[in-house]
Amino acid sequence: MAPPSNRRPGFSRRAQYGLFLGYVVALGGVLFAAMLLVVAIIDPTGFNALKGAALDATSPISAGGRSVVRFFSDIGGSVSNYFDAASQNGELKKKLAENEKKLLQAKATDFENARLRRMLFDSAHRFAILSAGSGSGVRPGQPVRSAEGLIGRVLETGRFASRILMVTDGASNVPVRMLRDGTPAIATGRGDGYIDLKTLEVGKNPFRRGDILVTSGTGGIYPPGIPVAVVISVQRDSTLARPTADPARIDFALVQAIYQPAATAQPDETPGQSATPIDSPPPATAP
Amino acid sequence: MSRIASSNRDVALSGLRRRWLPIVSILLAGLLHLVPIVFQGAYLPDFAFLVLVSWRLLRPEMWTASMALPLGLYNDLVAGHPLGESMALWTILFLLFDLLDTRVSWRDYWMDWLFASLAILFYTSADWLVARAMGSSAHISTMGPQMLVSVFAFPLVARFVLVLDRWRLSR
Repeated sequence: MAPPSNRRPGFSRRAQYGLFLGYVVALGGVLFAAMLLVVAIIDPTGFNALKGAALDATSPISAGGRSVVRFFSDIGGSVSNYFDAASQNGELKKKLAENEKKLLQAKATDFENARLRRMLFDSAHRFAILSAGSGSGVRPGQPVRSAEGLIGRVLETGRFASRILMVTDGASNVPVRMLRDGTPAIATGRGDGYIDLKTLEVGKNPFRRGDILVTSGTGGIYPPGIPVAVVISVQRDSTLARPTADPARIDFALVQAIYQPAATAQPDETPGQSATPIDSPPPATAP
Repeated sequence: MSRIASSNRDVALSGLRRRWLPIVSILLAGLLHLVPIVFQGAYLPDFAFLVLVSWRLLRPEMWTASMALPLGLYNDLVAGHPLGESMALWTILFLLFDLLDTRVSWRDYWMDWLFASLAILFYTSADWLVARAMGSSAHISTMGPQMLVSVFAFPLVARFVLVLDRWRLSR
């Protein structure tokens, strides 16, 4: 059936005006939405109350089912491990795991236990949802980690749930240093599950395959010494790393206090801030 | 099943179903965002968007452009997009579809798929641009898999919407 060639609803004036009004509303709505979007881009935490309420409202839906998902992601992991087996060195992995464990000297009193309930897939963003919100003391900007390494930082909070920007998100920049010799670098998410490492050194790429990156504490958000990523491939001018915390297998996450509370004024760490020398740690609470 | 409504209640129920099923199906598809699936890459399509486009292409006479506004607001809140993104993009898309309806009078399955693919391309790249404006450094190629999966998921979603539509109009 061919649709009518125009949408003119006949000779009724009332119907014609109604159609016209519909378009006026639609165009006005587009303008209004565009304004909202501009506000959201300029001030990402501006609508925290509204988005937090939405987070709370939807949190019961995915309250269960985490174990089921974990089962399936474990299957996925074993399948991909099988295909990767030829290129992976088992001993190296074991050594890395030992090294990573040595790093984890967590002071339990500083930590708040929170359950990482669901990961959110979103087209351009890598978010996760934590089933703890401002009701349990979670605040925007706080770093989130698991036993294996850094997950990300809190972006928005509701009363019972909060949204986390993961380290693999393209908007996430974490100041890190290489564990082997302390070379400072910035770990930037790529949006596809991996992390790009950018170092301040010019010329030679200082990284080797298997190098571990830990947070340096620069910028004041992330406490120093949390494992972030393991280098998996080194090109001449780009270094690819894999996050140490595999979000598919995380059940619990720790929300930590912001390392240097003064940093809350600037929640986004810029490369300029982290360009300060790594050798002189922030004065207040050196580890 | 009797084709004759036996009571006023049945008539009211089928009226409700006829009117609200498209909206409810889009809202439910939006909730798929909350299923705890972990994907580090961007692979999964935006189901609410696919269902919306399917309904719009299947039943153009049912929709006005302004209906996309509240649906977009809902999607922004549930999926965690920056507020206003889906609102603006979906409404612009509905206006474009209105324009399309006046230009292209004979459409078949393949053309609908083509238009849906163009809509997906528009939506995904706009989403990427917004993320870019918010400080993301993700490369456009990270959106590639998702775009591809969405384009090939569309026929399935359209099939599903067709089934829903038959149920909606059945007595």
